[in-house]
Amino acid sequence: MRKIKVNTIIEKVKEMCIKSNYNLGYDILNKIKEVSKTETSSIGKDILEKLLLNAKIAAEKELPICQDTGMAVFFVEIGQDTFIEGGSLTDSINEGVRQGYREGYLRKSIVKDPLIRQNTNDNTPSIIHYDIVKGDKLKICFAPKGFGSENMSKLKLLKPSDGVNGVKDFIIETVKEAGPNPCPPIVVGVGIGGTMEKACILAKKALFRDIDTYNKKQHIKDLEIELYNEINKLDIGPQGFGGNTTALGVNIEVFPTHIAGLPVAVNINCHVARHMEIVI
Amino acid sequence: MIELNIYTPLTSHKVKDLTAGDKINLTGTIYTARDAAHERLINDIKKGNNPPFNLQNSIVYYVGPCPAKPGYVIGSSGPTTSYRMDKYTPFLLDKGIKGMIGKGVRSNEVISSMKKNDAVYFGAIGGAGALISSCIKKSKVIAYEDLGTEAVRELYVEDFPLIVVIDCKGNNLYNKQDRLKLSIGG
Ligand code: SF4
Repeated sequence: MRKIKVNTIIEKVKEMCIKSNYNLGYDILNKIKEVSKTETSSIGKDILEKLLLNAKIAAEKELPICQDTGMAVFFVEIGQDTFIEGGSLTDSINEGVRQGYREGYLRKSIVKDPLIRQNTNDNTPSIIHYDIVKGDKLKICFAPKGFGSENMSKLKLLKPSDGVNGVKDFIIETVKEAGPNPCPPIVVGVGIGGTMEKACILAKKALFRDIDTYNKKQHIKDLEIELYNEINKLDIGPQGFGGNTTALGVNIEVFPTHIAGLPVAVNINCHVARHMEIVI
Repeated sequence: MIELNIYTPLTSHKVKDLTAGDKINLTGTIYTARDAAHERLINDIKKGNNPPFNLQNSIVYYVGPCPAKPGYVIGSSGPTTSYRMDKYTPFLLDKGIKGMIGKGVRSNEVISSMKKNDAVYFGAIGGAGALISSCIKKSKVIAYEDLGTEAVRELYVEDFPLIVVIDCKGNNLYNKQDRLKLSIGG
């Protein structure tokens, strides 16, 4: 049994909230540098260059890359041989968010009730997905999720006979409909399989993976590459003003499903695509 | 692609010179309002109260900034998605607003009202909040302070980089046909 103090968790979560909002990830930064050379539209090229400048200003002045510092989403893997000392894990994660959003001057974007809509003023509560795993480590993955892109996300419960073509059509359709709204260039997270909610969680989880990686399954990796190429032919372009840079990456996660179903969820993320992880 | 310097107030005359695809550097006073502020603004006007700023020839920026760090004018301040304001926009255009700054598509109702009222829709770069905040030289909350980030602010901006997305003739940069017609892109 390994003991982990809640104060350690609070401190680490706070740090992740601030760092991930101030610094554009290397996977994204490198990709934007690369595509700014191949973008065919002059407006598009100009925008990609401004995004690089924005990242530079944010890092230097320690400012959020984007003002929508998101709803705090976590995937937590807790080793079954760990013992959390001094309070609850959920409370300490939320406390880390509270401190991080306050001390980092991040925007508080959460309302207490979806219909009454009063701001909680500390950006809590967070969305936390737990997984209990072997071992005595605690892995905390964090992504502040902006809602310009979240609002463009979709779920569809396809029929098995719709097959891979049905899946592709649905993903392309979702990206087309999103158009300029989610601040393209975007990152597309896809979850295929499981149940209704599992597909959505997989799509979210896909956004926690760096865009310079591929799914380990060959047929899924092939699908990621194919969709990336197809999406970049849609001529949505940076900010939707046309061009050949619509997606920076397509990440797909899959899970076994029922003989009668083929759930597909598409979770759109924008070019800021913030995500970070730590292991305690 | 034309690059223009535009100064507030934004008169019909200036609006008519703008075409979808033009690059703009905006200097002057603009006002922030997003979802909750729009709701309140319109309720106030309908009740017969004076709006918190003079709507005539004004520009509204759809933004909810981050809090300002000590020593800074404002925190990161990029645009929010505009379609959520579509429901309120024709009413405000009828009351004199000439320009809107945001990102993403607008409804047909908004575009018709823009044509009728000689108004323009500018796109700011979504996700470039840090860059945009460096163009904001002054910021003051002038109404609905309790809304926090959603309060109405008066901003003074210098060379705020924008693109004309929809002009007062209804040309729309998001529309491929219009881009071809105006020979933009490629
Ligand atoms: S969609 Fe992303 S880049 Fe655009 S405003 Fe929201 S968080 Fe920022």
